[in-house]
Amino acid sequence: MAGSTTYPPLMIDGTVYGVALNSRSETARLADHFTAPPYKEAPRAPILYIKPRNTHLAHDGTVFIPPAIAAIEPAAAIAVIFGRDTSGVRAADALDHVLGYTLALDLSEPTDSYYRPPIVEKCRDGFLPVGPHLTHARDIGDPASLVVGLEIDGEAAGALPLIELVRSIPQLIADISAFMTFRRGDVLLTGLTPPGARARIGSRISAVAPGLGRLDCTVAAEILA
Amino acid sequence: MKRARIAWQGAIHNARVNDDLASFTLADGRHVPESEVVWLPPVEPRTSFALGLNYADHAAELAFKAPDKPLIFLKGPNTFLGHKGASRCPADVGQMHFECELVVVIGRQGRKIRPEQAYDHVAGYTVANDYALREYLENYYRPNLRVKNRDLCTPLGPWLVDRDDVPDPMALDLRSLVNGELVQSGNTRDMVFDIPTLIAYISDFMTLSPGDMILTGTPQGVRYLKPGDDVVTEIDGVGRLVNRIIGE
Repeated sequence: MAGSTTYPPLMIDGTVYGVALNSRSETARLADHFTAPPYKEAPRAPILYIKPRNTHLAHDGTVFIPPAIAAIEPAAAIAVIFGRDTSGVRAADALDHVLGYTLALDLSEPTDSYYRPPIVEKCRDGFLPVGPHLTHARDIGDPASLVVGLEIDGEAAGALPLIELVRSIPQLIADISAFMTFRRGDVLLTGLTPPGARARIGSRISAVAPGLGRLDCTVAAEILA
Repeated sequence: MKRARIAWQGAIHNARVNDDLASFTLADGRHVPESEVVWLPPVEPRTSFALGLNYADHAAELAFKAPDKPLIFLKGPNTFLGHKGASRCPADVGQMHFECELVVVIGRQGRKIRPEQAYDHVAGYTVANDYALREYLENYYRPNLRVKNRDLCTPLGPWLVDRDDVPDPMALDLRSLVNGELVQSGNTRDMVFDIPTLIAYISDFMTLSPGDMILTGTPQGVRYLKPGDDVVTEIDGVGRLVNRIIGE
């Protein structure tokens, strides 16, 4: 990749959809949990959520959290950016609809519940740093070759080779576009929430992936008038 | 004032609905009859919140107790369509039902909005029919997106009514009709969490911005729909929203 190239800031204009529990290590760890109430049975469809616009934050930004939140749980994710409207595609054709990829830090308050939509946990202002720039799909080829890692204060906190996904990126696009359209500019996130990884006020968090670069953010205390 | 977004003669217009409710005045003063337009959602969706189980009677009907805090989910822009549109019922679905909901449209940005100032941040109101397809319910992030974020399954409109034209949004009769038969009725006073509470609750942890919408939940009344059904969701003083169910 052109390491010395200067890129414009990445602007996300579309809707950002996240996929929870899409790594084999997570589903293996939680398998017993999911046969008990309130879940009763393993998930059938991809487990989706939306990261609304107030959460979007540029590379090298600062996310402010209330001091009452002792820690936040960061996930390092690949962000798939759609290049055209995508509805009812087969997995074999799915990558034709992808413009490119970037990184995301999908931040959340820690919770072990997957029963209700995680709005309070995942939708605070600035809880989705995205960037640093778009890498074109043709420069990546098969996204299963990507490896996304999380760093907290410069220390490796977990890494996910995308070959370890329960549903690959093409399979996710096929399964989700069966009931809803991704529009050009929409984004799909999938990645890893390393168990126990926590960031606190003062932490520096990064998502890294060879080929996509490095996305940083800093956590600071929210001070409201 | 009632404000609509319409498609007319090859362009999209923000139009004022005239008092006859059957014609529009465009920004340039031209008058257009309703018969010539296509209704679009009156608000271009941005962040859209929806409430589950926000009427105690509906929660009881679905065998849930009313939640102790608002049950909120988000909806993408793909799911909205305008008045007199059509929503698809897949062939394998026998449990698609309507949900008539008062929609609050935010007009002024805010964070940590106090309940007593909540209405200062409201632009106006419209009506949504937040269809659900119960076959696709799963116990993960319930109600999950496959139930609530399908393409063109949330009719919205017909228009946006200015806030000050709805003196008490917490005392509005609402109802749904399927093929002319009354199948749901209630009053917004029976919301578990009222509008000021919802605005305060959401803005406590995130910023609300102009164009954000809150779909405030639905009272009791469930009837399963099939292709060909005409569905009306209506709120007194706000509007009467018409949709038709079609097959795939």
